[in-house]
Amino acid sequence: MRKLFFVYLMAAFSSVLAQVPVGKEPLAADTLAAASPESTPVLKVKWGALDSLMSSSTDTTYIINFWATWCRPCVAELPHFEQVRQDYARHKVRVLLVSMDFAKDIEDRVIPFVDRMKLKSTVWLLNEPDANSWIEQVDTSWSGALPATLIINSARPRRMFFEKALDYETLARELSYFIEY
Amino acid sequence: METNRNKVKVPFWLTMLLLSGTALSGLVLAKSVKAGTSASQTQARSIRTDSGTEGTQPDGYQVGDIVANFRLKNVDGRMLSLSDFTSQKGVIIVFQSNHCPFSKAYEDRIIALDRKFNTQGYPVLAINPSDPTSYPDDNIDQMQYRARTKGYTYPFLSDDKQVVAQAFGASRTPQVFVLKNNGAGRFMVQYLGTIDDNPQDPAGVTKRYVDDAVSNLLSNKPVVITTTKAIGCAIKWREM
Repeated sequence: MRKLFFVYLMAAFSSVLAQVPVGKEPLAADTLAAASPESTPVLKVKWGALDSLMSSSTDTTYIINFWATWCRPCVAELPHFEQVRQDYARHKVRVLLVSMDFAKDIEDRVIPFVDRMKLKSTVWLLNEPDANSWIEQVDTSWSGALPATLIINSARPRRMFFEKALDYETLARELSYFIEY
Repeated sequence: METNRNKVKVPFWLTMLLLSGTALSGLVLAKSVKAGTSASQTQARSIRTDSGTEGTQPDGYQVGDIVANFRLKNVDGRMLSLSDFTSQKGVIIVFQSNHCPFSKAYEDRIIALDRKFNTQGYPVLAINPSDPTSYPDDNIDQMQYRARTKGYTYPFLSDDKQVVAQAFGASRTPQVFVLKNNGAGRFMVQYLGTIDDNPQDPAGVTKRYVDDAVSNLLSNKPVVITTTKAIGCAIKWREM
């Protein structure tokens, strides 16, 4: 079932990609994802995917959380990100959970974990083992320790980076600098 | 820092779910963040800059700094000091912990480093910076068990008060500091960062940062890549 959905997703998306110039938000994605809320695919991505999202010109605020299933403080803060995703659904705010788990663990660890935690946020697994090549591009101050969170809106432009666990209040307070009510 | 970008066409946000959520309810009472929780009494600062960074980060040793002596308990029950290594050409300090999968993924490679360089004057000296009250896996009994069952060839010191980790400015496990003995017990940082460029797969390693650094030092050449960053388990500091 998951595979079927995946194929469908890929097919749908390649058609979207063919029509939508890079930098525009593919409108189909929301409806697509909403159509099958039961399935939460975890996408294995390379740095380029994250890089283009971070430089998106769409006036969307991205909350990019770096985590791993084995990182206890990361797991503890995940519900706050889920809550923010729900509470800010009406705003142009997107939550992206970027897993640092090993790529080989995606089927046996990451996807079951995402299912068990009922995570509805988008989850990517960044398969770039040579972290030294990209950590500084996320933020020059980041040592690489988890958890870490980047809030970014490249259109404004505005960014905040945290190398620590966050709670809901902190996230909401920081978001208030990014969105207009 | 080298970048090795693999540009892959992945649409930038594929499956964001737009579930209508509850509206933002009321004003948010900003609970003050415990910035400085992770601070040592003297060595940490809270960072908040215009470029938008917030976090706590201990100041620590950088390349070229002289490391102060320390004395910690080894898994064999004896106390061990950096000054016990003054007859060596240097020391490979590794902050590692039992609870961290990234750290464990490197155990065999740390043992290999010690096997290769111990006899050449650069032994490994591992330090566990975890507070065992946060991570019981990192108490001295578990450390002894791990060292014995994995066959550590190197000392494994307990820094359960985290004094040494604070002094070094260690932020995560695993994290390495290569120290060169400049004589008279003056150990100078020559390299700090990660072991190599592939925690997931030892066979996929292309850059051996620590090996390269120590090899260069042994042949009296400067270390080329002196600092690297890597993903790791954040050191959870004791509540002060």
